[in-house]
Amino acid sequence: MENSSLVTIAEHSKEKILYMLEMAKQFEMNPNRRLLQGKVVATLFFEPSTRTRLSFETAANRLGARVIGFTDPKATSSSKGETLKDTIMMVSNYADIIVMRHYLEGAARYASEVAPVPIVNAGDGANQHPSQTMLDLYSIYKTQGTLENLNIFLVGDLKYGRTVHSLLMAMRHFNPTFHFIAPEELKMPEEYKLYCKTHQIKYVEHTDFSEEIIADADILYMTRVQRERFTDLMEYERVKNVYILRNKMLENTRPNLRILHPLPRVNEIAYDVDDNPKAYYFQQAQNGLYAREAILCDVLGITLDDVKNDILL
Amino acid sequence: MSENKQELQVAALKNGTVIDHIPSEKLFTVVQLLGVEQMKSNITIGFNLESKKLGKKGIIKIADKFFCDEEINRISVVAPHVKLNIIRDYEVVEKKEVQMPDELRGIVKCANPKCITNNEPMATLFHVIDKDNCIVKCHYCEKEQKREEITIF
Repeated sequence: MENSSLVTIAEHSKEKILYMLEMAKQFEMNPNRRLLQGKVVATLFFEPSTRTRLSFETAANRLGARVIGFTDPKATSSSKGETLKDTIMMVSNYADIIVMRHYLEGAARYASEVAPVPIVNAGDGANQHPSQTMLDLYSIYKTQGTLENLNIFLVGDLKYGRTVHSLLMAMRHFNPTFHFIAPEELKMPEEYKLYCKTHQIKYVEHTDFSEEIIADADILYMTRVQRERFTDLMEYERVKNVYILRNKMLENTRPNLRILHPLPRVNEIAYDVDDNPKAYYFQQAQNGLYAREAILCDVLGITLDDVKNDILL
Repeated sequence: MSENKQELQVAALKNGTVIDHIPSEKLFTVVQLLGVEQMKSNITIGFNLESKKLGKKGIIKIADKFFCDEEINRISVVAPHVKLNIIRDYEVVEKKEVQMPDELRGIVKCANPKCITNNEPMATLFHVIDKDNCIVKCHYCEKEQKREEITIF
């Protein structure tokens, strides 16, 4: 069963990524298709994540499936000491597919090995969050018209931010140039720089975040610099206002530039940016719906052709 | 003189395996990894023997036992340059060095406390991504570990 589950998109081929984006595009044209009618989707959130859960549940509902699940692990038997395996085996009796968020890393991989139904990883600790990566890719593809040869600037917490790591790996097929903009304490880890080298991905590192540096960006991917990540709070105080995007910094940027953010934001994007047409983070979240509809269909064996031919219902 | 004696002891094995050049501090881990305690045959364990290469070394001689590669390669994580002498009818018929396997199942503990393998009754699985430098990657949480960080169950 492991093959049909979605644990990570790190292993997805270029063709598979483009195929999934094409499917997401079909769902954007018409999100309401009863392709999963009669199916039951379980959403098991061992860790709360309102945004991701609502997006998956909306996707399931718009595909005509019914949804069961829990949103608070305190109310479930895992708080009584039940193993993950037992919970997964029990839910597999009821559902055709399990969407799972877990606070432990590797939980989705393990669940996919024991479950008789496909698992969709909706985030496992700091490890993987493939549906986020898929919606990031779809947002880039949609706004730029291509994934090829783009200048992608990653800003903020590049050390712990799993979304930037996954995006970096997924983009390896498309000849990007990355710019890593981060304070010293939150720099891109060596293992990812090594990954860039072995996959011939070009990258430049900066500690300054200024108008000049972002002048030739196609994508500006902002992340939150979190206080709790710093061992030296003096350092945090020094850098906390350095990695804030303000509207006036966007004056001389490229017309095709779009600003992405996985959300929730705190203060790293000033509110005066919201009205700039280059701000794209709310539409980005909406793209999550289409990306997740595509993911649910794909793991259940529904093909792009099935989606395109869905005119009967 | 002591060197001669050791050779004599090795030669005294009729059929079996001599596991040599084990760093002394790893000897008992190797004993445990190979399940030597459960074996019924005649076994000699040498500890803190003199070695030109290692300073102090350990040696294990097991009569009438021939390991398959999978069994023996488990010890490569703790003792990468161990030498094996296969003895048949008092002769060393084969010498080999242990090899890092491609996968380590149920041997190494994941160093990441947030890894599922440390929180669920299940076996660990590591992929060996760099045999020369002994870098392994957890199949589940995908974190990499270097030799110094590796803990054996």
